Amino acid sequence: MPDMATKRTAVRTAIRDEATRLRALFEAAGAQVVDPPVLQPADTLLDLYGEDIRARAYVTSDAVRGEQMLRPDFTVPVVQMHMAHGAEPARYTYAGEVFRRQEDFPDRANEYFQTGYEVFDRTDPAAADAEVFALIRAALGDVALRAATGDIGILAAAVDGLDTTPVRKAALRRHIWRPRRFRALLDRYAGRAPVPETRMALLASSDPLADCAPFIGLRDRAEIASRIARLRDDAAAPPISENDVALLDAILNVRETLPFALEHLRDISVDLPAIASAVDRLEARTTALSARGIDIETLEFEASYGRTSMEYYDGFVFGFYAEGRSDLPPVATGGRYDALTRVLGQGAEIPAVGGVIRPGLLLELRAAS
Amino acid sequence: MTIKLGVPSKGRLMDKTFEWFAARGITLSRSASEREYAGAVDGIDNVELVLLSAGEIPRELAAGRIHLGVTGTDLVREKLGQWDQQVEELAELGFGHADLIIAVPAAWVDVDTLDDLDAAAAAFRKHHGFRLRIATKYHRLVRDFLRTAGVADYTLVDSQGATEGTVKFETAEAVADITSTGETLRANHLKLLQDGLILRSQATLYRSRAAEMSEVDRATLKQLCHMIGAD
Repeated sequence: MPDMATKRTAVRTAIRDEATRLRALFEAAGAQVVDPPVLQPADTLLDLYGEDIRARAYVTSDAVRGEQMLRPDFTVPVVQMHMAHGAEPARYTYAGEVFRRQEDFPDRANEYFQTGYEVFDRTDPAAADAEVFALIRAALGDVALRAATGDIGILAAAVDGLDTTPVRKAALRRHIWRPRRFRALLDRYAGRAPVPETRMALLASSDPLADCAPFIGLRDRAEIASRIARLRDDAAAPPISENDVALLDAILNVRETLPFALEHLRDISVDLPAIASAVDRLEARTTALSARGIDIETLEFEASYGRTSMEYYDGFVFGFYAEGRSDLPPVATGGRYDALTRVLGQGAEIPAVGGVIRPGLLLELRAAS
Repeated sequence: MTIKLGVPSKGRLMDKTFEWFAARGITLSRSASEREYAGAVDGIDNVELVLLSAGEIPRELAAGRIHLGVTGTDLVREKLGQWDQQVEELAELGFGHADLIIAVPAAWVDVDTLDDLDAAAAAFRKHHGFRLRIATKYHRLVRDFLRTAGVADYTLVDSQGATEGTVKFETAEAVADITSTGETLRANHLKLLQDGLILRSQATLYRSRAAEMSEVDRATLKQLCHMIGAD
């Protein structure tokens, strides 16, 4: 009987081999192999993801470098590396471990392999989307998987197209990735939610800052006054129309196969022309996917897909799920993250799309089938 | 074998705990020497008193080194991931009440709800170039609460004491801390957010799900639960 340690080592070796095999596939497709460090400066990741990343990533520190994070993903270091000294266009692949705290799901792995493929190319975004999706799909082999796809860009365009103030649009866009708060804001801007009493009192007061408590802390009187002015403007602005809310809901509810979704979104864009160019991009992607041999007739599209866990994705999003195994996380995920290159590029930007596979899950599913 | 009962080693919490058990026929007492963290138990056999810092009791319960322990709800939920799989609440003791809340400067007349806090945080980050700082020692509870509420653009800064003072000293813009009456908040020119109650905490008797028990221990626990009305 092989002891546990031997068995565990064998499993890890198999996963590592699979990760390397997948990376070789991507290398053969033209990607350059990169190997970012495990320890990443925490401030970049914290600035990008906010406090939530602390619940998901392991933080450690030393007295000289300060807080460091065990890489929770490869995308951020790969983007940083590319933005610092990458030639264009570029394709990268990597294989290695990522580290995620799993306090809410102790049965899930907190350390696992990822193999990824990232494309930085401004010539034809639709073709790049299709290239990443098709390569990942092919690398996954014949394990029974369900593909989910979506497009955050359509939702963002719809928000921009609402007939309301720029302040409200910015607030809604900021919360696209937090569906609950997005809904609460939308209800308020549409006049569906009651105005809190404290807000009413504030707006009714001619000088709310007269004899208030002493000003303490960094947020000063001018900042408070400026927000009060914004709240007054907002109270004076007409509510977002029922019609606009209905159109947004119609978009959020689109969940069908790609050709039907496209047709449906085209219909909506007659009433909400602001999404027309985003729908054009979806159509171009659909054509590009088809040209890559993907069966688009059966490919699912869900307009609200990717809203809860993938904050940096801002266009095409996709995931591959094991059929009948809703207990497992997705075997592969990916998407477009143009905005991330802007944030990390210090003035520079480049359209970028990528995806990762979890070789450990892939092996597990292959063994089970 | 004995059932080990962990009780906070000093102050009001210890005295109140002793009173609570005494009212149920179990007399707990410190050993004669005030320096020794051990004690005696009368009224029930095979129970051993272990005096510990209230902050260490959650960890000792999770590790199964004590069978029962008295500590605050706030500490158990902050320190133990999936706390309800590690410990079971046997009885709320009715004292040590404290609320974990979010407070902001009272001068922020534009901020009364989490919704306001989120909007103020967005504007603050834009204006100052860094996230709005909330001082707390309850990182996990506050983070989970704000994530569920969909508040973004804040960061938690660690404060192990005198948390209410951090705003005045400009090391934080808001605080998340335990309050029982709100007086310290008012004295520091802070106010509660209307929907900023994170947790109502009180002293609670917990049972470890990890501690090993013999047949005798099970009988002892059953008797103890019966005496305290937790069966």
